[in-house]
Amino acid sequence: MNFRARTAAGLAVAALLAIAGAARAESNVDPNPGVELVINGDTPITVRAKAPDYLEGHLDNIYSGWLYRIESTRAMEADDFENPAITFVEEGIDAWNTVEGTEGKSCASCHGDISEGMKGVRARMPAVNENGELWSLEDYINNCRVNRMGAEPYKWDKGPMKNMTAAISMQSRGMPMNVAVDGPAAPFWERGRDMYYTRYGLLQLSCASCHEKNNNNYIRGDHLSQGQIVGFPTYRLKKGGLVSIHNRLKGCIRDTRAETFPIGSQELRELELYVASRGNGLSVEGVAVRP
Amino acid sequence: MRKLFVLCTAGVVFIPSMLGAETAPQDVVFTEHGAVEESLTGVPGDPENGLKIATTKKKGNCMACHTAKGWEHMPLHGNIGPNLSDVANRHDEAELRGIVVNAKHTFHDTVMPSFYNVDNLIRPGDGFTGKPAKEIKPLLSAQEVEDVVALLKTFKESGSE
Repeated sequence: MNFRARTAAGLAVAALLAIAGAARAESNVDPNPGVELVINGDTPITVRAKAPDYLEGHLDNIYSGWLYRIESTRAMEADDFENPAITFVEEGIDAWNTVEGTEGKSCASCHGDISEGMKGVRARMPAVNENGELWSLEDYINNCRVNRMGAEPYKWDKGPMKNMTAAISMQSRGMPMNVAVDGPAAPFWERGRDMYYTRYGLLQLSCASCHEKNNNNYIRGDHLSQGQIVGFPTYRLKKGGLVSIHNRLKGCIRDTRAETFPIGSQELRELELYVASRGNGLSVEGVAVRP
Repeated sequence: MRKLFVLCTAGVVFIPSMLGAETAPQDVVFTEHGAVEESLTGVPGDPENGLKIATTKKKGNCMACHTAKGWEHMPLHGNIGPNLSDVANRHDEAELRGIVVNAKHTFHDTVMPSFYNVDNLIRPGDGFTGKPAKEIKPLLSAQEVEDVVALLKTFKESGSE
């Protein structure tokens, strides 16, 4: 969307608010009842679900951020010819099949076709590895690159990594998000939960301040969602490119006028796990489109 | 001025405010219900400047969460907090000042930021840079708080008092 279109959309939102008298909306209700997402007319996406048991007392139902977006944005995600992220997915698939590094291997050399080797992987991320560490998808990708391919690691928040996480996410499109929260993941998950409810920064806002207590309300022109990450990496119209999960988490913390945590830090991995777990039961969206 | 005189005669005025000095964030006195009776500066607030502060993102940014008749002509106000169009019917000056200074004394669970507070902050940052704060300053200056309070005092609707 160009600037003019965005301004027009913003004014439309302002007009809607003026009509509604901008009264507080009820949070944690379906923001768009009856609206369903079916991508390319053949892949149904679960955009609303019963909240997992561990959210009892916090959320009854969980809703994809897609439901909070305006119709034109929703339509872009429903059609891969319109979804600007698909170009990046294709670049990621090309990289998957490209030999790199000292070992003469590509991702495909070990994992086979991406559609088979990576099916369901995104739905389980982040996850505890065999050494008991919590790893995001980016960590698993770089582990393969460095230790199996003899290639340089990708930078966490740069194009090649985002293309790859987008290509891998696409292979779980429509599958239910299902990160592990118990067993070896439990201590990481609990720390992530504590972070979610910590009121950071000069503005003293927690993730929950906006995304649990005030989803469905507007902060300036932004319709606050539940902050689900099942659509990540996501194509943001405002940025004209893919945005990683950690970039988004860091951006939210920064906006509380806080000292943020670095992308790829242990803290953001733990917060990622907890936020991901709040979406367990929603579909992985492949690559979402957001404002 | 009349108020200052009354307070003087009542013997409760702060010496610093008589000298034109400001009350520091740590020295603000709240009533049991979270009101702040004493002006932070002793200088009357300027409602016009209050409107600028309330609608500027890097200042008060009240508009991000509140709608009010006073800024209805500007686009993109939020609805997280209550509509402020008649807030002066519901709260007197001391209560309004207390809410702007640190609303958590009035509404314990509120998500509203504390605009004149430097305590109990977790990882305070340097503006929107994401870097640690070099020095901890309140979100608004004492006089900016007074200006916003002066603005809010004008948000009255007749017939609903």
